[in-house]
Amino acid sequence: MPPISVIDDKPEVQRVSDARDDHCPVIREDHTIIRLAHGGGGRAMAQLLEDVFRPAFDNPWLEQQHDGAVFDMSGAMAFTTDSYVVRPLFFPGADIGAMAVHGTVNDLAMCGAEPQYLSAGFILEEGLPVSTLRQVVDSMAAAAREEKVRIVTGDLKVVERGKADGLYINTAGVGRVLAPQPVGPGRVQERDRILLSGDLGRHGVAVMAAREKLDLESAIESDCASVVSPVRALLEAGIAVHCLRDLTRGGLASALVEIAETAGLEAHIREADIPVREDVSAVCELLGLDPLHVANEGRFIAVVAAEHVGQAMDILKRHPVSESAREIGHFVKGTPGVVTASSMIGGSRIVDRLSGEQLPRIC
Amino acid sequence: MKYRDEYRTPDAARAYADAIARITTRPWTLMEVCGGQTHAIVRFGIDQLLPESVSLIHGPGCPVCVTPIAYIDKALAIASLPGAILCTFGDMLRVPGTNSDLSAARARGADVRVVYSPLEALTVARENPGHEVVFFAVGFETTAPANAMAVYQAEREGLGNFSVLVSQVLVPPAVRSLLERPGNRIDGFLAAGHVCAITGYEEYELIARRHRVPIVVTGFEPLDILEGVYRCVRQLEHGESSVENQYSRAVSRPGNRMAQQVMEAVFQVVPRQWRGMGHIPESGLGLAPAYRSLDAETRFGAVRDENEHQGECLSGSVLRGETRPDQCPAFGTRCTPEHSLGVTMVSEEGACAAYFRYRRQAGGSTRE
Repeated sequence: MPPISVIDDKPEVQRVSDARDDHCPVIREDHTIIRLAHGGGGRAMAQLLEDVFRPAFDNPWLEQQHDGAVFDMSGAMAFTTDSYVVRPLFFPGADIGAMAVHGTVNDLAMCGAEPQYLSAGFILEEGLPVSTLRQVVDSMAAAAREEKVRIVTGDLKVVERGKADGLYINTAGVGRVLAPQPVGPGRVQERDRILLSGDLGRHGVAVMAAREKLDLESAIESDCASVVSPVRALLEAGIAVHCLRDLTRGGLASALVEIAETAGLEAHIREADIPVREDVSAVCELLGLDPLHVANEGRFIAVVAAEHVGQAMDILKRHPVSESAREIGHFVKGTPGVVTASSMIGGSRIVDRLSGEQLPRIC
Repeated sequence: MKYRDEYRTPDAARAYADAIARITTRPWTLMEVCGGQTHAIVRFGIDQLLPESVSLIHGPGCPVCVTPIAYIDKALAIASLPGAILCTFGDMLRVPGTNSDLSAARARGADVRVVYSPLEALTVARENPGHEVVFFAVGFETTAPANAMAVYQAEREGLGNFSVLVSQVLVPPAVRSLLERPGNRIDGFLAAGHVCAITGYEEYELIARRHRVPIVVTGFEPLDILEGVYRCVRQLEHGESSVENQYSRAVSRPGNRMAQQVMEAVFQVVPRQWRGMGHIPESGLGLAPAYRSLDAETRFGAVRDENEHQGECLSGSVLRGETRPDQCPAFGTRCTPEHSLGVTMVSEEGACAAYFRYRRQAGGSTRE
């Protein structure tokens, strides 16, 4: 990268000696880290956008260099937003960039929509290595290509060192609704079946293990992935999908409790049918975590009409991200807002939302 | 999962439940000592499989729950000192002190760090030589060896900025204390397998003989607990009172000698105040004289040993197994994990938390 000979309002400069001519020291900036000037709207920011963002997110909307993106829309649209603050920024299986794209795209899919356009807002901490930012942005771009969505507008701010955890990302997304009828907890009916798209707990455990530097024998990778294709396939096949919910923060437990509360029904699940990988299960056991509470980034539940279960399961199993889908339970009149689980040994219990933050236990 | 799923098979569980029903001729009340066992019982619905005449009551084996409020207050006071770093296991964070808890203190700016092992607290001390680093050493015999090791290590390294706030308690004195209470209705005990993995169970043999009560050292998986219940009932039906080891895959009679040695070197047995159980002689561990300089109470003032007022909360009675959590009038209404009246509702291993999480229905009825 060529040196920029501009002194900003808050320059972090270092004097270096020119090897060829000691008489003429030049002032050169450190280009390897983010400085407050990168968020100042001036030349440093333009340079950063040019160097890091434009090549990665390259598309006609960004080329216009306008204050916003302008595009045509018609019919029912879905619109969602989410902020990403994960620590560490990189963890086995994914990183904050991939999460920021897949997460928002998955939220649109949960609305029964086909994701089309995203915005991306960045809050960077002064001192963040530019290489780190580049890695995150490249990862976002790769995820967006995979999802066939365009990142069409964005924003960038820099805050002082110590005021943020490296970098935060907000993404918002819009997409065209594919579902013929609205998809949501209000449409869930008695006897509807609950289909889970795959095993639980990998993302939360991977991040926690990376954050706390737990020395695990087995590498647990985040399940961070797009769930758009199986959702689209379900809707296009005319499956009566009444509700979709991704199992991010709060995990399966929170998702089911929320649906049961809104639907005014009781959800019943069978614990023995819920797949949790052996190593994930072992870490949860060790730390006293319930896999039903642990976050996922590539898992969802589909609540479908009982008569469509077979067809829906066939469709889910055809897509790699949901190939290990299982039917795990159903809705009954019962006690509205309650989720019950039959335990592996045949007892029964309540499944509740997580209370407070997840804390590892003493013994 | 190896060593786990084979202890969760429904057919074997049913077979044990049937066997228990077959041999039971009279009502029996068994206490499981450990909070981990309580959670397994309520979570898997193990009690629902038992005949009505066998009742399980839940014991005081939640280390967080029995830590006196004065220690929480002390930890809060230390955490609020400028430059101090308080390291703690995660589940102490939400335990209420008199006016606050460590989680709120952290939100207000105190440097409170969750560690997974006391040795991590040593690392914090090494990395922050200008700060007083205090580790909140809480727990039963299970945590004592690692906590002792941290103290031993700190002493050897001459880590002058490290100290421990010790609230270690011991299981056998609590069991004795329960048995000696007037009106005691406990017929048999399931002793905590993990505690016995450290201590062995010779001390329990004295208790079983003296109080004529069967004690089965029991694991934590559903089939462990069912087998523990089966063995305990079998002894009761035969009029026997000995110690049996159900958890032999982890526990031996003498226990872990190496762990005991480090405990004995660093700690000495002291009287302790238990939340809900009162003062129990020789029921806790404090630092031995050679390690007193690493005692946070030496550095930051002693914790006052006083009886505490529980107000409306029945957690004392719950910890003694006299009240089932859902029998408390405040359960699930005025007392929930978010707004608790007592620590048994907040702690991960508290009996009230187990009932709230897995059985929260009007009147606490179990659902089929």
